[in-house]
Amino acid sequence: MKSPFPPLLLAWFTPLLMAADKPVLVPDISARQVQIRYSFSGAQLLLFGAIAYPEGRAPARPADIAVVLRGPVQPILLREKQKIAYIWMNADSSRFRSAPSFYAVASSRPIRDLIDDRTASIYELGIHNLQLSPGGGSLPERERHFEAGLLDLRSRAGLYSENPHGVEITDGILYRAVVTIPSQVPVGTYTAETFLIDSGRVVAVATRDIEIDKSGFERDVWLAARRYRFAYGLACVAMSLGLGWAAAVAFRRRL
Amino acid sequence: MHIYLPIAGQSVNALFMILLGFGVGVLSGMFGIGGGFLTTPLLIFYGIPPTVAVASATTQITGASVSGAMVHMRRGGVDLKMAIVMTVGGFLGSVVGAAVFRMLQSTGQIDVVISFLYVLILGWIGTIMLKDALLALNIVAAKAPRKEVPRHNRWVASLPLRWRFYSSGLYLSPVAPLAIGFAAGVMTVLLGIGGGFIIVPAMIYLLGMPARVVIGTSLAMVLAVSAATTMVHALTTRSVDIVLAGLLLIGGVIGAQYGALLALRTKPDLLRLALAVIILLVGLRMLLGLAWRPDEIFSIEYL
Repeated sequence: MKSPFPPLLLAWFTPLLMAADKPVLVPDISARQVQIRYSFSGAQLLLFGAIAYPEGRAPARPADIAVVLRGPVQPILLREKQKIAYIWMNADSSRFRSAPSFYAVASSRPIRDLIDDRTASIYELGIHNLQLSPGGGSLPERERHFEAGLLDLRSRAGLYSENPHGVEITDGILYRAVVTIPSQVPVGTYTAETFLIDSGRVVAVATRDIEIDKSGFERDVWLAARRYRFAYGLACVAMSLGLGWAAAVAFRRRL
Repeated sequence: MHIYLPIAGQSVNALFMILLGFGVGVLSGMFGIGGGFLTTPLLIFYGIPPTVAVASATTQITGASVSGAMVHMRRGGVDLKMAIVMTVGGFLGSVVGAAVFRMLQSTGQIDVVISFLYVLILGWIGTIMLKDALLALNIVAAKAPRKEVPRHNRWVASLPLRWRFYSSGLYLSPVAPLAIGFAAGVMTVLLGIGGGFIIVPAMIYLLGMPARVVIGTSLAMVLAVSAATTMVHALTTRSVDIVLAGLLLIGGVIGAQYGALLALRTKPDLLRLALAVIILLVGLRMLLGLAWRPDEIFSIEYL
């Protein structure tokens, strides 16, 4: 689904081709696929593109851009440790049915300066506006407590991030943002959403998909461990026996 | 040099893992132990998920016991019949252990149970070994002349259905070694330790086996049970990381050879003292981990 034209070219021609009176976003990503290989220690993605205005030139007061990169949604159980009889152990837990495994938002100005809270929560802009779908039946206080715990945990792991000045806009037309992905992200389809925000309203939205997948040897190992459990186990045992034996033989000759 | 672990789902420093394997390998060669009781906690401190740490450390136990078992086998230091009986017990133990593991995992208490059992076992064994070593080195004077320990434990002797174990020169019920093997199997699955440092005293004091065959037999049994446990983990928890296991093994099997060399040049009582101190330190660290406020109050479990 790669566009046939380079984004810059498209940015110039689109307004001529369409008689729309609304600006359009033409986004792209530095890589449509991220492959996790043996040396994978995280990746940096460049999310860039152009704002195509109807008249072909930027208005006097430039609009703002927010980009969101989010990973596949995973249902999780969050456990909380408490001190019980001098020992810290898991005491309480809460479910979240739709917590994204990865979420990064970058914007040209802080989100709260761009839109009001209601709009932000509609578009899930900002980590405090994520719809996590906590398991029902619990008190709002307790829900908030667990939500704060999850956000804090994942923020420190680099899985959830907010960068209020992460989008750079050139001449009111071209924008770019760099998003860092840590090594422990899950595989799956990620989506990159770009929002054009003007006077507190979201004017245009555009979405691109990114595939993050284990590749080559890492992928084979991961699949083998799931699909061919018995053979995989045998391979592990054979490897340990083989290496142990090889070392014993090698050292007997030397000594 | 960072390398990505496909099962653990994170990248680690490959050199660090090889050195960790080497260090534990040296100790395991010196003391004739699997070394799982060191590898597993160290991997957990490093940030590897506990399940992956436990499952991958078992492969290192297998690797470390191969050469030892080979040497003892050649010298006739393995009571094969006894080893087979204990291994059968070990298999049963690892299957039951896996069921307990899953149950604890679903209630969220697996980490606490692992740490707690480590503290208990390491504290107990470490104290006994420290006392023995200090007595042997004459650092502490023995209070009273030791009572003569009877060669045969009364409970073990009262068990029905006796078999003859010729290599050990024993006539006893197979239930006792079966039970010891069972305990070792459970521990291997739950804690990622071969249990050599528990089986050896049990074989000497409970079964009354002669020292000549104790080490070899326990090594043969640890080898079989750790291999079986790797299989159990591969089939049930699916958390054996072959890349992590490979890194640990490369360091581990070489370290074990150097360790065996070192052991020949050191006084055995000093060795025991050193091992006792190491065991107590690991146990103490685990205890602090339980009692101190942990770094992370929250933890995530994927459904």
